[in-house]
Formats: sequence, structure tokens, C-alpha cells
Amino acid sequence: MCLAIPAKVVELRGGEAALVDLGGVRKEISLALVDGVQEGDYVIVHVGYALQKVDSGEAERTLALFAQAGVA
Amino acid sequence: MSGVRKGYVRPLDLKRGVVDMSHGSGGRAMAQLVDELFLAAFDNAWLREMNDQARVPMPAGRLVIATDSHVVSPLFFPGGDIGCLSVHGTVNDVAMAGAKPLYLTAGFILEEGYPLADLKRIVDSMAAAARDAGVPIVTGDTKVVEQGKGDGVFINTTGVGVVFEGVDVSGANARPGDAILVSGPMGDHGVAIMSLRENLTFETTIASDTAALHGLVEALVTAVPGVRTLRDPTRGGLATTLNEIARQSGVGMTLRESAIPVRPEVAAACEFLGLDPLYVANEGKLVAIVASGDAPAALAALRGHPLGREAAIVGEVVADANHFVQMETGFGGRRMVDWLAGEQLPRIC
Amino acid sequence: MKYVDEFRDGELARGIAARIAAEADPARTYHFMEFCGGHTHAISRYGVKDLLPANVVMVHGPGCPVCVLPVGRIDMAIELALKEKAILATYADTMRVPASGGLSLMKAKAKGADIRMVYSASDALRLARENPGREVVFLAIGFETTTPPTALVVREAAATGVGNFSVFANHVLTPSAIAHILESPEVRDLGTVVIDGFVGPAHVSTVIGSQPYDYFAEEYRKPVVIAGFEPLDVMQAILMLVRQVNEGRYEVENEFTRAVTPAGNEKAKALVASVFELRRAFEWRGLGAVPYSALRLKEEWAAFDAERRFDMPERRVPDPKACECGAILRGVKKPTDCKVFGTVCTPETPIGSCMVSSEGACAAHYTYGRYRDAAPAGATA
Repeated sequence: MCLAIPAKVVELRGGEAALVDLGGVRKEISLALVDGVQEGDYVIVHVGYALQKVDSGEAERTLALFAQAGVA
Repeated sequence: MSGVRKGYVRPLDLKRGVVDMSHGSGGRAMAQLVDELFLAAFDNAWLREMNDQARVPMPAGRLVIATDSHVVSPLFFPGGDIGCLSVHGTVNDVAMAGAKPLYLTAGFILEEGYPLADLKRIVDSMAAAARDAGVPIVTGDTKVVEQGKGDGVFINTTGVGVVFEGVDVSGANARPGDAILVSGPMGDHGVAIMSLRENLTFETTIASDTAALHGLVEALVTAVPGVRTLRDPTRGGLATTLNEIARQSGVGMTLRESAIPVRPEVAAACEFLGLDPLYVANEGKLVAIVASGDAPAALAALRGHPLGREAAIVGEVVADANHFVQMETGFGGRRMVDWLAGEQLPRIC
Repeated sequence: MKYVDEFRDGELARGIAARIAAEADPARTYHFMEFCGGHTHAISRYGVKDLLPANVVMVHGPGCPVCVLPVGRIDMAIELALKEKAILATYADTMRVPASGGLSLMKAKAKGADIRMVYSASDALRLARENPGREVVFLAIGFETTTPPTALVVREAAATGVGNFSVFANHVLTPSAIAHILESPEVRDLGTVVIDGFVGPAHVSTVIGSQPYDYFAEEYRKPVVIAGFEPLDVMQAILMLVRQVNEGRYEVENEFTRAVTPAGNEKAKALVASVFELRRAFEWRGLGAVPYSALRLKEEWAAFDAERRFDMPERRVPDPKACECGAILRGVKKPTDCKVFGTVCTPETPIGSCMVSSEGACAAHYTYGRYRDAAPAGATA
């Protein structure tokens, strides 16, 4: 049950609903499980619910780690 | 003044009317439906004869016959509808024999209660598709089933054509060393349909790629008469089509994932739905297998045609007793591209 | 696609692969178990095996909630639909799992059971609202990732007075499964299954956090690296595991820092805790009864618990003799060790659940990797 995708919140809609975008595809999902989500944030979406915000700083650090592994 | 009075026949109410059982009964009501709806739209010399069949001259060369039944749901989708789909589908099946399509038939199974306005949209769409393709619908049939026993409209089309001179195309002709090409991006049609069911919306709408490919085929066989295999990857997608050909020809295949064109939004929609674009249906694309020396000419011929601008060479045929289709992933590893197991269900896992 | 494409980059993959090859000690073999079915699928789909040296071996664990769902529970679900004439709402993944009597949810549907596929738990609740005269039961499966949405809809059903909705709860817990594997005789005493470390699940961990794994690292002295969902994440996690083993460390490390924190999603955890409680024991397919490994609805939500709302006799169904799913789920056997793999048992005609779910070890190997089983003569030119 792990399939989840990172998507960008493009519109906050009433009642914990939000419109997210992944590569130009948009779907309405629920933010009921995560607080403090703003438009522009990225969230992990699973079965129609956001599970967690994606920390962009950590994402960059992780990618840098990958690149480092190749060099070291 | 006496004489037989001519009855007043009210025209079909194409705005608010619905299909009812009398439209399939063979009587006056059916004749009126055929006349005011089908004949009016498809209009040609054969239909005007008003026979139950069409008489056509026997063409010279090798005859091709193909048939397709269309049960797509929903009936209307971005980029098309069941009407034009039924024309394109059969035109393409004939064309994939390396043939020029000449005539079409159209059989309708209508559900009682289906709105005539929608039926007219479908029929007009079919007529336009046939006209644009230059392939007339010369005969047809209409039946009506009780409400609940159909999905609105089912259409069967049969096509007849002639193989181009000097061409021998078959799924059994692929040989090790041959090049595998596709005429454009994969997965558009299936995603357009699925997205309607799953309430996905798109920034730029993903439309079905439904199209008549016989012009593209003609361009290709003119440049490369030695084309080995042609097939359109419909249900089950590219993966299924290639596995079919591999089995028929007794060969294996190796693909390069990074060479297979997929629109970014189709890829993203597949992520959302847990689908693999290689297994998603196409209705306006073809797969071509040619001898490796012919690959550049084949690619140029496809790209020179409006429906093949994004054509690409995606892999080659290899010797393999197991008939596996394998792929070098964009990631650098290798995997099999197996037959589709059952219906492709959106994955949650 | 941002946060997706960058994590699938082939160039970076080669770099990490080279690093793993350089740092893996040629004098030994490393066995790592990936627990999450999504990881099993990613490893197969991207061909990660080809980028690993021969002495780094991945063992597939029981991280596929469809695979561990016992046949008896599916029989119970089918019975609900057929006997009680309930609308059974289910995720698509369960549709083809073979149950008793040659049935599956899909086949039962063809026989007239009203079974509907839903993408989300909220779709199941909507079905209940749209069909007030019918009972609607949601077949809730999944690990900790999927449990919070179920908790939400139960609360919503109560809050909005939807009286015809209930949940057939089959939610299971990750740490219990890991403990069970580590406690199994093959791992602990016999040493027939060697596991040097774990690749921790991606999305389960976004909910439960990295903290729960501390216990395993300490108690069993096995390193755990929580990995993100993409193939680069998995490769990086493998590199981190190799390093831990080489350095004799057994810590919990987090590779998926962009979505996993030590505490995880507190809000989601609290929601789950308010609706669910632990079952004393629950049968896992292939593992037998595992203590404190699954959830059921608390007493206050009894009206929404299908098992209390309907008469649902417990069905225990043993696996077919030839089926090796149990051993495969524990990592004791490989798919190719099973006699019926690829012959009688295929994705089209699955015998066991490892073959049904696309994350199951058998399905993954069959669909993506069985070309590796061919004799060298069958290899590509």
C-alpha cells in the first residue's frame, strides 16, 4: 500500500480539500492529515490524502548526497 | 377527389427524442431512423440505393478484411467519441496489413432510451471521420436492445481494403537485427479515458490520439516497401503488441526506455493512477518493424507525415527462444516488459 | 515531475553503484531485506539488481499488505457481499487475490456480488451516502500509511450520521512484522536466513516516524536505513547499510529526510489512536499468528465495525500445499524455489498472494525479472 506521489499544492479549497499538481496533472485531495499546508508546498499524496509535507531543503541535501557518492 | 392519402410523417425529434424498441423492429420507425439519421450523415451512392447490402467492384490485388467492435465507455471523451473511434479503429486494422482501406460497414446496437441527440453527435462524428479518411460507409445494420442490456451504444465496423503492391506485412515476419519504431508518444488514449473515471483534470487536456493512420502507412510503405510488421498498439498498449509479435515471429526484443516517447503529462497521470504507460492503449499510433538498414528511411518517412512527427526508433529484435521482450531502463538496469496480466487496474500499492 | 525525476537519474545511479561496488567487502556477502512492497516493486521495475555487485543481495520481506492478507479474510469479505448483499468497497489491489472455492473478489463480482473498486476511503463513504438503502462495507487493508484515511472516514461517518457504513478492518503494523521475522527460527537460531540489515519502508515511516525502528537496531543489532520511494533512494540506502555493516554499526539512519522525521505525523497517529486499538493476535498469511500486529475498531466505534455489525464467522483457510508464499514472505525461499512458480502459478492464474499483488516477490520476479532465470543461450544478442 505504499504508492504515494509528491505533488505541489496549487490551490487550497474549503473544508480541508486542496488541488495538487504533478507534472501538469491535477487532482483534488484531502489535507485532513497534515496541518499548516500552504499553496506552493509539496506534499506526499496517498489514496487521496496528503500524508506529510516534503521538505525542500532536505530534498536538495539528499540529491547532493547522491552526487557526492559518485565523486568521493 | 379520392386517392390514397400520403401519411404525414413527423420528422425524428433529434433534440429530445430517445431510441425506442420500434427503431429496431424493421418497420417504418426503423426505416425513418436509418433515413433521417444514418443516411443523412453518411450519404453516398451505395447507401442511396437503399439495399441491405452494397455491391462494389472487385479490386485487383490481395483483399484485406478486418472487423472491430467498439464498447468504449464513456462514449464521449476528450479528443473523440465512439463514433470516430470506430472508423479509425477499423481503417487502421486494414492499414496495418500494409493495405489501402476502401470500404467500411457499420453495425449499431442501441440501448432503448438512449438520447437521439447524442446518437446524432456520434453518427455525425463517424461521418466526418469517414469523409476525412476518404473511406465510405457503404452498408450497415441497426438493432435495439432493452434498457439495461446495453451501454448506450455498441458499434461494430468492418473494413475492406487491398494490400499495396510489393508489400508483405505480417506479425510473423520480424527477424533478429530488425529495428523497432513507434510513430509517436505512447499512452494518450488510455489516460484520456481513465482520467475521466478517476476525476483527474489536466492543465493542458490530455486528449485521445484517435486518428486514421492509412495515410501514414502509405507514406511508410512507399519509402520502405520491405516493412516487416505493422501493428497499432491498442488495448494492452505497446507492451502487449510487442509480446504478440515476438511470439508470432518466434523472436525476442530489447527496448530502450529512454527512447520511448511519452508525453510528460501522460507520465504524470500514470504516476497518479499507478499505471505503466507501456500498457496503456493508443488509438492513433503504430509500431513498425523494419530491417535495420531501412530504419533511417522508415524514421524519415514517419516523421515526414503529420501523424508521425515524434516517431522514434525504440529498440531491436533479437534471437530469444523464450520470446522475452526486455528493456534497458532509464535508470541503467534491465527488466522484462511482460504480457499484461488480466485487466490493468489502477495500482494503489 | 519534481521530486520524482531527479530521484530516478541514471547518471547518479551509476555513481552510487560504483561506490557500493567499491565499498562492499569482496570477502563477504551482504543480505538486506527491503520491507516495503513499494520498494520491491521499484527494485524490479528499474532493474536495480543490475547496478548492485553480486555480493549485495536483496531479500524481499512481507511488506505487501495484500500478500499477507489471509485467504479466510477474503472469504469473509466475499460472504458479506453475497450473503448480506452489502456493497463491498475495496482498493483495486485486492480484486484478484485468490480466495476459497476458486473465487476472488473479481470473480465474485462476476457472479453478482456488488463489489466496487475505490481509489480512496472517502469514495467508500460517498457510496454509503449515495445508497442509503444498502449496507456499504469498506474492506480496509494496508500498513500504517493507509490506516489514517480509514480512521478519518469512520469519524466522519459518525459525525455526519451515516448509519449504513462500516469497515472490515485488516490494518496491520510494520514493527510487529519486522520483529516476527527477526524472531523466526530461521533468522534467530538456525541462521538459514541471514539478514544483515533492513531497508525501512518509505511512506509508512512518514506516518510512524523513524523512532519505532530504534528498538530493532538495538535489540537485534541490525542496521535499519529508511529509504525514500525512488530507485536512487533505495540505492543510497543500500550504500548506507553497507557502510554500517562494514563499520560494525547498527543504527537507524534516515535516507528519506525530505518526508520522514523522528516522530512522524503526530496528527495522523493521534487520529489512528482515537479510532483503533491493538488486536491481541492476527493471522498473517505465511507468518501464522503474530501478536499485537493488527488493529481493530475501538468499542465506541462498534457500530462501524463490520465484524460486530454483521454475523461474520471467522474463516481459517490453510494455504495450498504447493504454495510457498509463507516461506517467500519470510525471505526463507526465493520465488524460483517454489515448484509452482511460473508454471501453474502465474499472474494470470495466481495460486498465492505473492503472485497476485504487483509488489509481491513472485509477481515482481515473474513480471520484471524472470528473463534472468533463462539459460545463457536465451540471453539477448
